Amino acid sequence: MTGSNRHVVVAAADEIPPGGRKIVHIDGRSVGVFNLGDRYVALRNTCPHEGAPLCEGALSGALTSPRPGEYHYERRGEILRCPWHQWEFDLRTGRSWVDPERLRVRSYSVTCENDHVVLHL
Amino acid sequence: MRTGALIDCDVHNAVSSDAELQPYLSTRWRRHMELIGSRTFSPFTKGYAYPKAARFASRRDAWPPTGGLPGSDLEFMKEQLLDAYPVKHAVLNCLYRAPEQRHDAYGAALATAVNNWQVDQWLERDDRLRASITVPFEFPDLAAAEIDRATTCPGFVQVLLYPRTAAPLGRREYWPIYEAACRAGLPIGIHAASTTPGPITATGWPSYYIEDHTGLAVAFQAQVISLIFNGVFDRFPELRVVLLEGGFAWVPALAHRLDALHARLGEEVPDLRYPPSHYLRSHIRITTQPMEEPERPGDLVPLIREVGADLLMFSTDYPHWDFDNPHRAFRTRVPATLHRQIMHDNACATYRLAA
Repeated sequence: MTGSNRHVVVAAADEIPPGGRKIVHIDGRSVGVFNLGDRYVALRNTCPHEGAPLCEGALSGALTSPRPGEYHYERRGEILRCPWHQWEFDLRTGRSWVDPERLRVRSYSVTCENDHVVLHL
Repeated sequence: MRTGALIDCDVHNAVSSDAELQPYLSTRWRRHMELIGSRTFSPFTKGYAYPKAARFASRRDAWPPTGGLPGSDLEFMKEQLLDAYPVKHAVLNCLYRAPEQRHDAYGAALATAVNNWQVDQWLERDDRLRASITVPFEFPDLAAAEIDRATTCPGFVQVLLYPRTAAPLGRREYWPIYEAACRAGLPIGIHAASTTPGPITATGWPSYYIEDHTGLAVAFQAQVISLIFNGVFDRFPELRVVLLEGGFAWVPALAHRLDALHARLGEEVPDLRYPPSHYLRSHIRITTQPMEEPERPGDLVPLIREVGADLLMFSTDYPHWDFDNPHRAFRTRVPATLHRQIMHDNACATYRLAA
């Protein structure tokens, strides 16, 4: 039952709407599956900081500022904010928004096969 | 690192709505609640001056499935905290806005109501729980009376104040509170809260929550300086003061500064019996959350040693957003004896809990 090539059907194709998510439990592992509209992504549901259920966090965009007084809101719906300490992660990469080189959460690939959403563990 | 039995020194139980307190108020004050309601020292009657990072300053996963505010449902608190970790005792610090009322007698009536509600709804429902006494601390005679009244219940282990008071806490007007705490054999706890009369900084109201939250550590230091130099610990040698949620990395720097200046300027306070750092080390205790997170995690243990192994007491701050996970809060290996002191022994000594 173990191995890096397990494929698990986690949802029907129309079950997770764009912007939606589903948290699944597989062999004691909790994983959040997100529909970004153009693709699905999946992240481990444990924040690398203090172990919070990361995938229960709010989804937002990123506010960037090239210079004082100028702001850009981008990546709407693609930034996951931890429900405890507000650490932010890029859903597409699993990397920390603030410290992408040093900090990331485990991500998994997701495919659509027939009418199923399939998680690759 | 995994932890053994722990004392959680800072947990917040919430009053979900004013209706919950009504059974604990006399007709006169129920009427006041209905017709006039809360009027606090802060300019905001319902919200806070700053956005608090998360709704109700809480973990997003801490809203009980039964409805109500985070921290209002004991069963859910058991699931997320008391049963989820090896919690032997948890000290409840209810932040209901009784102490902030401008109407002194209404504030006192609310404080009594909150304390009786805590006994009924919390202390008598789970043996692991202990609680702090809510008092209208800007009216110290009323606060002292509430301490005398509430201590008849054995579940109360502390008297709760906030760090931004109308005047520095060492001043004479607050002494009746310390006298009553000593009579009851209880420590004073000072918990971070942002709605009392003064701004958090010495220079006025900051713009952002990030400034407000950073400024807490400075406000706590100002209160410690005031308590020491106004001779509170010489007048009340039994008094212990617990600082809740104000950080602790600043302790070594403050201790050095206090002693250095005392050596030069001590004539102004000649009746101080010891060097000021002595009071800091022997009368002050500090809770850990939010845990200091040095750039190099290994720097934490030397820092704790310099602060003092018997000063620190573990806390989670459940259900608030900056909750510290008992198994994950130390991001470095802490020697077993030191770890046990912080997680358990120091709190048992401070709150007189059976070890």
